[in-house]
Amino acid sequence: MKIRLEHGAGGELMEEFIRDVILKNLTLKSAGGIDLEALDDGATIPFGDKHIVFTIDGHTVKPLFFPGGDIGRLAVSGTVNDLAVMGAKPLALANSMIIEAGFDETSLEKILRSMDETSKEVPVPIITGDTKVVEDRIGMFVITAGIGIAERPVSDAGAQVGDVVLVSGTIGDHGMAIMSYREGIAFESDLRSDVSPVWDVVKTVADAIGWENIHAMKDPTRAGLSNALNEIARKSGVGILVRERDIPIKPEVRAASEMLGISPYDVANEGKVVMVVAREYAEEALESMKKTRRGKDATIIGEAMKEYRGKVILETGIGGKRFMEPPEGDPVPRIC
Amino acid sequence: MLDLKIFENRELAQKILQAIRREAERIEREVRLMHVCGTHEDTVTRSGIRSLLPENVKIVSGPGCPVCITPVEDIVRMQEIMRKAREKGDEIILTTFGDMYKIPTPRGSFSDLKGEGYDIRIVYSIYDTYKIARENPDRLVVHFSPGFETTTAPAAGMLETVAGEKLENFKIYSVHRLTPPAVEALVKQGTVFDGLITPGHVSTIIGVKGWEYITSEYGIPQVIAGFEPVDFLIGVLLLLRMIRDGEARIENEYTRAVRYEGNTKAQELIDRFFEVKDAKWRALGVIPASGLELRGEWKDLDIKNIYKVKVPKLPDLEKGCLCGAVLRGMALPTDCPLFGKECTPRHPVGPCMVSYEGTCSIFYKYGALF
Repeated sequence: MKIRLEHGAGGELMEEFIRDVILKNLTLKSAGGIDLEALDDGATIPFGDKHIVFTIDGHTVKPLFFPGGDIGRLAVSGTVNDLAVMGAKPLALANSMIIEAGFDETSLEKILRSMDETSKEVPVPIITGDTKVVEDRIGMFVITAGIGIAERPVSDAGAQVGDVVLVSGTIGDHGMAIMSYREGIAFESDLRSDVSPVWDVVKTVADAIGWENIHAMKDPTRAGLSNALNEIARKSGVGILVRERDIPIKPEVRAASEMLGISPYDVANEGKVVMVVAREYAEEALESMKKTRRGKDATIIGEAMKEYRGKVILETGIGGKRFMEPPEGDPVPRIC
Repeated sequence: MLDLKIFENRELAQKILQAIRREAERIEREVRLMHVCGTHEDTVTRSGIRSLLPENVKIVSGPGCPVCITPVEDIVRMQEIMRKAREKGDEIILTTFGDMYKIPTPRGSFSDLKGEGYDIRIVYSIYDTYKIARENPDRLVVHFSPGFETTTAPAAGMLETVAGEKLENFKIYSVHRLTPPAVEALVKQGTVFDGLITPGHVSTIIGVKGWEYITSEYGIPQVIAGFEPVDFLIGVLLLLRMIRDGEARIENEYTRAVRYEGNTKAQELIDRFFEVKDAKWRALGVIPASGLELRGEWKDLDIKNIYKVKVPKLPDLEKGCLCGAVLRGMALPTDCPLFGKECTPRHPVGPCMVSYEGTCSIFYKYGALF
């Protein structure tokens, strides 16, 4: 078999590939907590009465500068968000950069300043790093690892029947912004990526309702909301019902999605969180989320149910029902 | 500007559904409504329309996917043309649409042929092919051109430009097909349905006029419908009313795009370049007067006249694949034992699982298991 782009596109094919090729060839995969086999957003290591959370993310977005952000902002946000959705306060980041020979220094500095600003927003220090220069025509890749600390880690497998599903804001912004930019489609109000760290959103909700009442979390990056919800449903063994009319989507994202023939549910978000909370705390979670700057468009989109375990059901705009299947892979390549 | 949001409106949809339920009760028996358009199937499945209709109203999907019904022999003939040209030192650039590229045949797909080092490129429209031809004046550039009337019109427009500019390295391989003859053939072959939701896109070209004979000669009620959920529901309601009253008329719901005469300019352009011939449809057989071939005076634009190759008779479908029955409206994808098991978009067995307009692919994508 030859590795194809689809093998790295999130979604079903990628998961199959990770299981059949990557996991199969590794032996030591656990440090006593949530491990590699769990394929969660990060791994945990028990540490006294707390848990260290550890994660890593490679960033290969093309173009390096896009509407609403750049690879620097993305690299910090991506890793911070993987920690955040595990319920971990980000402690520190490591930054590895692989740069093409001939890369413009001004661009590099711009990317570094963007990383710096994003890390100050969290705040999280970048305490170690590595730099390589290569002759391959790659532009620049940024790999960031992050370490965090959680009182009570939140996995993507803990949703329970009756729980309520929230999203912290509009869906599909990042994927559609990148795709439209590449396709040269101009819209009246320009599409912008939502790339940003969401730790403050997660922390605000946890402070309001307690970590124990957040039963599952994911950041809906590659392959989007449909993939995130399907993973939660499958790993938690519950059905999830979501209402299409309640899923917040910007008009310009919808327009681009119709023009490109790509569902906004299937493309990446880089500044959002999908949260599954205990029903009795749902309103409180929503209210607290809405008080944060990045969670002001938060909505309740659905709930976990005992029917259709492992599946996501979409109640359509006109009131019909269908399964919301995860895409085979994110339809847009090199988005993160 | 017309506010299209109204066609996704839930309250409006629910009102129409109430009326549909009343009509369905009065009709009492099971009613089968057919559409022949991949975009209609997308609307039905994406918005979960089947889950909303009364039990005695069934929506079946006919041959609505031009890529799915493109004969195996034509794909293989194009592949053989590429090989023969290479033997003669002529490296053809072949262009086609993304779904056509992946359609399986017993001799492999265009995608497989690319794997052998042939220059095959995916394009979004025939205009891209034209650009490639202009950029590569010393190479023969061929567009493998499938499509119903909606796609044939821009193809004819492109040919007009090519002929006008005398662009000699631009050729096509036409596998264009006409929709109404296919509906007629289904009726003659015994597919039973009580009414037709007539495709809006095709009708913008051929008009209400192009469909009239299906009603007058075969007594089938029709509603030309648009592609929003509410368009489709109105189509269902209007058909049920005609069925209840025992009437067979053709009505136009899609008045915002379809005129009685259709687009006469596009019709003239198509007629200038193409002539109607009997043609094979994959898994459906030969349908009289259903295909479009380049006219004799344009034979220089036809790659088939430049390289002549022989193609053996090949089976249309793999064993067990129900694509033929799906295309005839006799089965839904979920009736097929291969659906979702051996046959998925990742490993498609039949053509209906490959194309964006294929019923199996749409069912799989939206999980229409209700």
